[in-house]
Amino acid sequence: MIQTPESEKEMSTSAQPSSLASVANAKQARTQPTQATGTGLEARGIHAWFGKNHVLADVNLEFAAGSVTALIGPSGCGKSTFIRTINRMHEFIPGAAMAGEVLLDGKDVYASGVDVTKIRLQIGMVFQKPNPFPSMTIGENVLSGLKLAQLKVANKEELLESCLVRAGLWNEVKDRLDAHGGSLSGGQQQRLCIARALAVSPQVLLMDEPCSALDPGSTLRIEETIRELSDTMTIIIVTHNMQQAARVSDYTAFFLSDGGPGEMIEVARTSEIFSQPKDQRTENYVTGRFG
Amino acid sequence: MTISAVPTKPWAKSPRDRVRDIAFILISIVSSYVVVAATPMKGKLAYAFVLFFSYALITGTFSFITRGAPAAKDSVVKTLVAIGAVLTVVPIASILFTVLKNGLPGIHKGLFTTDMSMATPTDPIIVGGLLHAITGTLTLVVVALIMSVPIGILTALYLTEIQGKFSGPIRFLVQAMSGVPSIVAGLFILSSVLYPITKSYSALMGALALTILMIPTVARTSEEVLLLIPNDLREAGTALGGTQWRTVAMIVLPAARSGLMTAVILGIARIAGETAPILLLTGGGDKVNPNAFSGSVGSLPYYIWKSFNAGSPEAITRAWAGLLVLMLLVLILFITARALSSRKISK
Repeated sequence: MIQTPESEKEMSTSAQPSSLASVANAKQARTQPTQATGTGLEARGIHAWFGKNHVLADVNLEFAAGSVTALIGPSGCGKSTFIRTINRMHEFIPGAAMAGEVLLDGKDVYASGVDVTKIRLQIGMVFQKPNPFPSMTIGENVLSGLKLAQLKVANKEELLESCLVRAGLWNEVKDRLDAHGGSLSGGQQQRLCIARALAVSPQVLLMDEPCSALDPGSTLRIEETIRELSDTMTIIIVTHNMQQAARVSDYTAFFLSDGGPGEMIEVARTSEIFSQPKDQRTENYVTGRFG
Repeated sequence: MTISAVPTKPWAKSPRDRVRDIAFILISIVSSYVVVAATPMKGKLAYAFVLFFSYALITGTFSFITRGAPAAKDSVVKTLVAIGAVLTVVPIASILFTVLKNGLPGIHKGLFTTDMSMATPTDPIIVGGLLHAITGTLTLVVVALIMSVPIGILTALYLTEIQGKFSGPIRFLVQAMSGVPSIVAGLFILSSVLYPITKSYSALMGALALTILMIPTVARTSEEVLLLIPNDLREAGTALGGTQWRTVAMIVLPAARSGLMTAVILGIARIAGETAPILLLTGGGDKVNPNAFSGSVGSLPYYIWKSFNAGSPEAITRAWAGLLVLMLLVLILFITARALSSRKISK
């Protein structure tokens, strides 16, 4: 296909952003302004290093309770590293270092004397690759968080059902809770991992490209799940799919690295990011001119 | 619309190719006879050498004529690789054959129900049995297992899960330890425990030396198995609020279960036939000794050694029968290990 540069430019500036913006607008119209159910989460001046490699510089973000925030940006700009600093998974990588504060309900999760396992109970995580525990059944997988953290619940069956219902998996697995997690399809496994994260009732759910390994049907299913969950928890989702960011999020933050450490360039309501971004680089990215 | 297609393999050898291959082998065999007859070379080795050499030469020349120098190199290397494989199989097959041939006459029902306490090595083979040696070997193995498996697996967990400051030196020491000659382990226990403390033979003394030999096998195999467990699972466990110990105990170890079982069985196979420390430490009694902590105890390797030393034809038959039983025991363990390890870790 041969196109003049001019027509190409027209395509990208008129057609694409307006469609993304309209998706984002539709999403905004559907969801009511979120009511705060807690004091939320705030990241202040987050830096991250791997060895001497400075990968993330001075990220400041606030996440209102009950909101969905999408983190977008090209690969390698520190989005995943950023969300891993939030639930203190960053420190598992040998040579990792960080600076800054992550305030959950006003308290720094990195303060000395904080029980890190409690932090991870409050801030759940769903990984890029579905990773159900291979030695456990579907039911055991969902309830594994309780066993891991040695928590007691009054009614396990009820919790099991409610988690699977909220993750949108109940109808597909209710007759085979004793089957192994590995017997599910990729999309079902990912929803199982979401159900597993829900079982310990976190306030915040971090999702690191949860749909990147899934087909469109499963992706749609998980997006529905995210929308339903956002009534009860704060969700931060890393995604490379801008359509997805527009569909599920209230706010979008754009990350970029210009060869140096990754930075957060701009954060705003999702509809604004896709219709009238303030920064030229954001506009270039969301209109598909690079990245 | 019906599609009529017959599955074919256009790359497969044609009957003509097969005839040609067989002809090459026949020519090689004939030429090996001719060359051995015509030259001063003698014996089976000469036949084998000339056979392989002429086969490599013929196929190499044929490939060179039909397809050029690269194909000739390919065909010669192929023959060399095949020789390597054959040379590995020959001694193993030969050992198996010899043991079966010499051991089978010594096998009888009483072997597994009686011991040698009422028999002398020169008695007819039908008198006495191996019961004391089999139970003794089992006692040694079980006691060594109880001591070495926890230590080995904990070492592997330190190397893979904790990855502490001393991982490097410990991994090096474990590797070096797997090369410790068994007689050294035996002398060590003899001089550090048996002489100064217990002052008597027992299964425990033998098991202590076997533990020294078994720990490196268990630790290294377990380490490799644990390294195969995807890091995703550890992260998932930690992200759900599990402490490291809970994550390892609930997720990593169950996921590695079948591999750890293999590690244990390989460890057992390593020590079941160990002889040198047994000779130094167990006393090698001829009576079933149910007490693992005191008194001289027999075992299969000891029995074999003792019987060969006795020298009478009956005793030597006994020794071969003991060898056969020992090899069967180790074989059963290996088959079990293979069966367990080939059962894939379910995704």
